[in-house]
Amino acid sequence: MPGKLKAKIVAGRHLPVMDRASDLTDAFVEVKFGNTTFKTDVCPKSLNPQWNSEWFKFEVDDEDLQDEPLQVTVLDHDTYSANDAIGKVYIDIDPLLCNEAASVISGWFPIYDTIHGIRGEINVLVKVELFNDLNRFRQSSCGVKFFCTTSIPRCYRAAMVHGFVEELVVNEDPEYQWIDRIRTPRASNEARQRLISLMSGELQRKIGLKVLEMGGNAVVGYLQCFDLEGESGLVVRAIGTACTLDKLSSGSAPNTATHTHPNTAPASNACNSPSKDGKEPVFGEDLLSSSGPPTPFRALPTSSSSPPPLSPSKPCSRQSSSSDTDLSLTPKTGMGSGGSAGKEAGPLKTLLRQQTQTALEQREFPFFTLTSFPPGFLVHVGGVVSARSVKLLDRIHNPDEPETRDAWWEEIRQEIKSHAKALGCHAVVGYSESTSICEEVCILSASGTAAILNPRYMREGCLDIGIVDHRFEDPSPPSCGFCHIPYDELNMPFPTQLTYCYHCRRQKVPDVLFTTIDLPPEAAVTGKGCLIQARLCRLKKKAQGEVNATAISNLLPFMEYELHTQLMNKLKLRSMNALFGLRIQISIGENMLLGLASATGVYLTALPAPGGIQIAGKTPGDLSNEHHILTIQKRINDTIAKNKEIYQINPPELTEEVVGSPIPEPRQRSRLFRSHSESSDEVSELDLSHGKKDAFVLEIDDTDAVEDIHSLLTDATIPTGFNSCNTEIMPGIYNWTSAVQMFTSVRVFRLSNANLTNQGLNKIFTDLCENLLKSFYFKLRSMIPCCLCHLNFTVAVPEEELIQVAVTAVAMTYDKDQTQEKPAEKPITKGCIETEEQLQFPMELCADSSSTNTQLSSKISGSLTHFFFFLSALSSLERSSPVPDGRSRSLRSTRGFGGSSVTVVKMTPLSFLPGTRIIKYLGIINMFFIRETTSLREEGGVSGFLHSFIAEVFAMVRAHVAALGGNAVVSYSMKECVFMENPNKNQAQCLINVSGDAVICVRETDQEPVPSNIGQTCTSETDGAT
Amino acid sequence: MAMELDVFVGNTTIMDEEVYQLWLDGYTVSDAVKVRMEGGVMEECEASADVLLSDTMDQYRTFQMCERLLYSPAKLANQLLFQIPPHRQAILIERYYAFDDAFVREVLGKKLSKGTKKDLDDISAKTNVTLKSCRRQFDNFKRVFKVVEELKGPLVENIRQHFLLSDKLARDYAAIVFFANNRFETGKRKLQYLTFQDFAFCAGQLINNWTVGAVDNMVEDMDVDLDKEFLQELKELKILITDKDLLDQHKSLVCTALRGKTKAFNEMEANFKNLSRGLVNIAAKLTNTKDVRDFFIDLVEKTPSCVGQIHGRHQKLYLQNVSRLKRISSPAYFFPCLSPPPPPADAVISAPPVRTFSVFDLSAVIISSLSASLLESSVCKSDL
Repeated sequence: MPGKLKAKIVAGRHLPVMDRASDLTDAFVEVKFGNTTFKTDVCPKSLNPQWNSEWFKFEVDDEDLQDEPLQVTVLDHDTYSANDAIGKVYIDIDPLLCNEAASVISGWFPIYDTIHGIRGEINVLVKVELFNDLNRFRQSSCGVKFFCTTSIPRCYRAAMVHGFVEELVVNEDPEYQWIDRIRTPRASNEARQRLISLMSGELQRKIGLKVLEMGGNAVVGYLQCFDLEGESGLVVRAIGTACTLDKLSSGSAPNTATHTHPNTAPASNACNSPSKDGKEPVFGEDLLSSSGPPTPFRALPTSSSSPPPLSPSKPCSRQSSSSDTDLSLTPKTGMGSGGSAGKEAGPLKTLLRQQTQTALEQREFPFFTLTSFPPGFLVHVGGVVSARSVKLLDRIHNPDEPETRDAWWEEIRQEIKSHAKALGCHAVVGYSESTSICEEVCILSASGTAAILNPRYMREGCLDIGIVDHRFEDPSPPSCGFCHIPYDELNMPFPTQLTYCYHCRRQKVPDVLFTTIDLPPEAAVTGKGCLIQARLCRLKKKAQGEVNATAISNLLPFMEYELHTQLMNKLKLRSMNALFGLRIQISIGENMLLGLASATGVYLTALPAPGGIQIAGKTPGDLSNEHHILTIQKRINDTIAKNKEIYQINPPELTEEVVGSPIPEPRQRSRLFRSHSESSDEVSELDLSHGKKDAFVLEIDDTDAVEDIHSLLTDATIPTGFNSCNTEIMPGIYNWTSAVQMFTSVRVFRLSNANLTNQGLNKIFTDLCENLLKSFYFKLRSMIPCCLCHLNFTVAVPEEELIQVAVTAVAMTYDKDQTQEKPAEKPITKGCIETEEQLQFPMELCADSSSTNTQLSSKISGSLTHFFFFLSALSSLERSSPVPDGRSRSLRSTRGFGGSSVTVVKMTPLSFLPGTRIIKYLGIINMFFIRETTSLREEGGVSGFLHSFIAEVFAMVRAHVAALGGNAVVSYSMKECVFMENPNKNQAQCLINVSGDAVICVRETDQEPVPSNIGQTCTSETDGAT
Repeated sequence: MAMELDVFVGNTTIMDEEVYQLWLDGYTVSDAVKVRMEGGVMEECEASADVLLSDTMDQYRTFQMCERLLYSPAKLANQLLFQIPPHRQAILIERYYAFDDAFVREVLGKKLSKGTKKDLDDISAKTNVTLKSCRRQFDNFKRVFKVVEELKGPLVENIRQHFLLSDKLARDYAAIVFFANNRFETGKRKLQYLTFQDFAFCAGQLINNWTVGAVDNMVEDMDVDLDKEFLQELKELKILITDKDLLDQHKSLVCTALRGKTKAFNEMEANFKNLSRGLVNIAAKLTNTKDVRDFFIDLVEKTPSCVGQIHGRHQKLYLQNVSRLKRISSPAYFFPCLSPPPPPADAVISAPPVRTFSVFDLSAVIISSLSASLLESSVCKSDL
């Protein structure tokens, strides 16, 4: 079905001088969409031309509207020779195709040239008239919303979460076509930019179709990546989570502060919402074929192109944990029946499990790219599952077709699924995929967190059933429920020590928990969190083809193991017991492998306190050695003590009696109804002598081990006033103020010494990362107290001797005085009886309403919705208070310098901006740029070149957001930063891919947006940030 | 650790004011790092020399990229490349256009040409301002000069609007442009004791009172060129010396106006004739371009005795005093254009809007504006 695209070229400004003689430019513009091109008149002799063109109209299929970008080319008219191109603007019109997003694109866009960078700006106006699509066999998917945000976007409510969608398209890389030998670098770069723009449009359209097929209307956690495979092609692939989202009216929109109750508050209107009319139930049996993402190649033999099965994937073993579905002691069943909890599985449990399974097992991949969830969605977490596989790109038989790659990913996803099963889980959350390519070898990686989900979000009309369901629900309190193990205690997938949950005392928890998701907002945490990184380099012999692939796949398990050990040691050293947002990246170079694992360490109140680290020598007889070990031991103990202080980890001294095997029935009963303060009296009468607390022993048996321990201890401490994490939420900080500074930093280190050892390399790599962090702290010192959030490190080995680290993160200020107070609720279980926890109430209410609780429990269904309304109102009141400084600042700055016409656009990798409320999502931003230079020295060397390129990319993102009418980008990320240089030829090239969600946000206190006001609202952005 | 590549880019451009100043002052990166280390930033946030070096390089790069925009500061507000909060933009611009008094004193009144630019290394050596900084300042002068040269309207206002400068700085630039345009000689040894601010004050007075713009505010170059007609008319001042009656009348008017306003009053009264003669002689010659250039030298050389007599006893008559003097005395013989807030006595003399110079006016103008430098000069001399 056709649509009409209209574009108008208004004016240009700051154009470059194209005619040396007159120092002026005779500019005109070509507007191209698909195969149709229009031209404006030439505006002679002006650097600030006014074209004020007519409306150029393109009548096109909506399929094309989705795939193609609008191309605006600015040229300098030349009477005698060919016209010179000044630069181009690619405008993605996708946001206009969705009636809930932007309605018009209008604004100044930087004119970009791949050789010269930004050269002036052009003012363009774009509109789309879309006719209603009634065609059942359509190929387009206009109207499906895309979000990079990996949680349910604020101001929406998830009516249903359908599940995993994926797609992959392949094309020949223009850089490797024969024609590239004769065309200019500019032409080649532009061909590439255009192709990728087309491919990602196509990809989105195809994913949109799948979503429509599943009955959804949106993709959340959309993650799109490029694989520059070289000779074998250019792959664009994407994964996401299909959802049905309902827009919340602005009145009931939840506040943006740390957490929301999107699913509880507006429960009643959800079921009646019109958007769901006419949708078929997704999980009916008849939909079996369509519910899973159709991967066409399931049947094909995979052997055709892939090398011998080199997939050393494995679940990251020990770190999993969570509560059980089978084993939980629900109040009803558990109380009455004594004996071991392990075997117990009440009938309700079974029912729950069956429901969930039927819901999830029908789909091929029960994966979710989300990292944070509506309350109650996540029941238990099993642990990290990951899979890697090494493939040879030159073995692809039919490189231009996606089949082979589809099969590769299919294989890996199957493996992830089976790992999750082994952990007793039926779903994988926080799922992501990545690749690392070096020459013809490619590592495919996937990782996620095995979990058990609440089935009610996956069924139609979930919420009316949901209320009934509450009785079936697991009784775990939200603050610790997700930690309870999901697997069978007697049949554990890996060795771990189980204890009873330190929070609710009813169910088993592991001693440590590793996950790829964000910390659930309702989780009970002690102290603050911090960034924990494990870094590793491994040398490898240079090799070709299969030999190389085998060598790499042999190395991988060792690297994973070592990274894991490092993480564990550092976690213990900080006296923490859980990791969130774990991301392990392994990059291949010609002669080495780099591994970088980043995560945010946390002390979960529900998990046992980590034991210390004990150093043991191999040769007990040696006295000097003994002494040495003692000093190290002392240093370690000191560090742990110091870290406890820094991160304010002082958990209530708890009894250890429950460690290990199930506890005799009577004692456990008594615990259930006792508050923590009471329980401390009990310590004396309990057996504390299990001695398992210090179970972690490091053995020093060679110099390597000594080095390792040294490097462990030399991790720089964070300067006072700073915190860091790689997740959305920083545990322990809840009162953000409004200053935000997003930044990107890239460093490349050249290894000078050819004969490096693994140890030496490790040291260099560690220093590189540490120094980066140090320089962030220094640069952002004026923002103290502040927290670096969402620190996202990406490592690469662009050339043999080079290590590249790129970081994107955001620094946010907070109010120091109140850091300790979590505004809405404090983790308390004291004396609470089960029913409250069952209802997932913030616990503070228990104190005053304890008398009513018992009544409530008896008639849950009736009063439930009502109660939730009350709660959300309450929390929003509290939220709105700490805002005031934004306003006064913006007033001042607008007065000072009235002339600015540029909208301030804030950017953040997080899904929210502190102190503001997102009122509208305008569409996804997904941009790909190439920049090349043949005058590297003149542009300030490699640093100067990249510095201006990154600044240009930011500028172009901001301009596009502003043109959509937005004032911020959330969930911003730099997916790709490929940098290549050839200093001898004075050349360099860089490719950057960024994405995010364009939004309009207003200060939390403002009721409705005042459009004219938007630009000013945000001028306060980083008053403090310099 | 020596990095092959090391960049840090913030969505809001991060700029450290201290580093900016170092960059403006022409320090090299390594010197800047040294200065910063001595300044104690490192202890402040547990940084190492590496960190400091990397930060300094980043900032220097940012400034270099911004410099292009600072050439026409209006661009800074609507460019898209750097997101800089408005108040910070103002700081960037103001600092970029700030200059060293020592440096400006050297080039004041010189032609802003390539030739002068070649001599900058000498000036740099002499003033202890780095060559890089000298070049920036010189280029700033030249840029402002070029832009306002072709504009109509009041000079100070033009500068302020085109370069988004503060009022004070805009006035200083107006003075620099004015001096460069009229090529007043300021470099002679005898004038060395005068500071830039002394000249800037004179320039302000001259612009307000002696230029075409003082009567007509829509001509090109109105505030840059001296009013030829006016200079011509100055010749008539001679009557103040030759005609005894007028001399006395002049004296009495001036004395009435100045009585009690200055401690140097007695000396002035006593030497009024000498003083007046010196000034009138200078004034009468100003139709000659060469004499215009030597205006300030003449003031010092050809009226020293009388001025010296006036201020024989270390009498400090500061610029402020002079201007106050002028303002107070103006109602008696000046017309509205002389002093910025039109004197209330306008109505009394009912001065016509067209300039009709009376001899009294002229002498008073000369005395008041000249004495600015002269009185100051004598003070300084006697101090020596």
